[in-house]
Amino acid sequence: MSRVIPGLTAVSKSDLPVLLPFKPTPAATTRVNFSQWLASIPFWVPFMIFAAAFWPVHAFAQSNGFSLTQAFETLWRWIPFLLLHGFVFTVIISVLTMLLGTILGVFLGLGQISRNRFVRWCSYWITQIFRNSPWLVLLFIVMLSFPFQIDLFGLSIPVPDWTKAVIGLSLPVMANISEIVRGAIGSVPSAQWEAAESLAFSRRQTLFEIILPQCIKRMIPPWMNWYAILTMATPIVSILGVEEVLNLTRQAIEAENNRPELLIPFYGFVLLIFFVYCYPIARLTMWLERKYAVKL
Amino acid sequence: MNWTPDQPIVSLINVHKSFGAFEVLKGISMDIMKGEVVCIIGPSGSGKSTLIRCINALNDIQAGSISVEGQEVHDDNLDKLALRKKVGMVFQQYNLFPHKTALQNVMMAPLKVLKQNKVEVEERARALMKKVRLEGKENSYPGELSGGQQQRVAIARSLAMNPDVMLFDEVTAALDPETVKEVLVTIKDLASEGMTCILVTHEMGFAREVADHIYFTDKGVIVEHGPPATFFDNAQDARTREFLGKVL
Repeated sequence: MSRVIPGLTAVSKSDLPVLLPFKPTPAATTRVNFSQWLASIPFWVPFMIFAAAFWPVHAFAQSNGFSLTQAFETLWRWIPFLLLHGFVFTVIISVLTMLLGTILGVFLGLGQISRNRFVRWCSYWITQIFRNSPWLVLLFIVMLSFPFQIDLFGLSIPVPDWTKAVIGLSLPVMANISEIVRGAIGSVPSAQWEAAESLAFSRRQTLFEIILPQCIKRMIPPWMNWYAILTMATPIVSILGVEEVLNLTRQAIEAENNRPELLIPFYGFVLLIFFVYCYPIARLTMWLERKYAVKL
Repeated sequence: MNWTPDQPIVSLINVHKSFGAFEVLKGISMDIMKGEVVCIIGPSGSGKSTLIRCINALNDIQAGSISVEGQEVHDDNLDKLALRKKVGMVFQQYNLFPHKTALQNVMMAPLKVLKQNKVEVEERARALMKKVRLEGKENSYPGELSGGQQQRVAIARSLAMNPDVMLFDEVTAALDPETVKEVLVTIKDLASEGMTCILVTHEMGFAREVADHIYFTDKGVIVEHGPPATFFDNAQDARTREFLGKVL
């Protein structure tokens, strides 16, 4: 007769209260909810949805003589244009926005931990205001308040719409990066500051030599998370006439005589490109999140 | 003020320190001469750690005077960096920089703060690693070292600044019993080389063996002090005797 050993040869169970394994939770600011959700979608699901988007074409095919094959061919014809002119521009806007937002956000985040009370107070409120404002409103303000050209020493420099879009979108990004920086610095134990202090490091040296090198890795997943959110949000600049993927899609449908059965396939395709672009970013974010969360 | 080695290297006069309404130190005075090893003992919460943290201005004080080599610490215009170059400190939780190797931890302050030559700093850092008996661990990260090893790196890191006074804040309190000894041996070596050491400790045997002078604090005041022999064998105050009775 073999012995039954709970936990080895049988399911371990106990009536006693058990202390469950401790899982350290990452600091609040490193939350990457959006990427977590996106990364949890099986990769084939959006493709299935996209395929289903052709259903209306099939349904209408009898009445107006526009077949499924024709609809697909029409989309196929437009894909290079939509990708190379539309989506590439969307990506450029998102990258530039992220760049600007990150630079401004890092300064704002450092401002939030400044020893100067006034700087700290200003940085806090700038961060809070831009973090909690509707993006479209910020975008309108920047779009409408900035001149369409700047006259400098008799030289007129045009300010195209997309630059204003970049500035407008970078404001909320800046505020969120500011929070990431503040949170990451705050996640380093205060004992590290003390140890550096006792070794005669100045505050600036402590920050740049000791604190930031320790938390920079932890900022990467939330930073990437915000990049994915931003990319998904860039189509709102189409409202203001920037020729990005959504606007070009609308123009393409117009060029195809506004056939109603094309609407869902075309916009469905746009949705699919956003997914294909952001999905790997989300997966990478989650992977880095797991990799860095344990350390420190 | 010019300081000469025959004057106390660290001098506390009637130091008062409060955290909000709670007064932690209620008039502490002590003089420590160069080369002296001083142990501060006492029950938890008696203000021992706060006391030595005040000496290198990690905590400020509300009244009284602390001077290190004649330099007043309790002064708004104090050059804290200059003070901390003279006073090294080792913490209970080691507080090594986790993103740097042991050797880099030791080298960092002389390189970045004192802007010394890298080759010389490295040479000195290696010598210090040898001194704390950690040869061969130079390239290990703090996370790969045991508590006792980390604490010895922390001591080497402090020594790299060539301080005149070393403060030890319960440096063995977080260690396993078997690694306590290796750290104490390191401190003992240091003391025998003439380093001025101020230790907060619960290691009574060590205090008795190494200290030149023992201070017993309770509830923010110094209850009793004296050389170890008289202090341990012939304590005068009832509170001291009660404390010693519990820990010895």
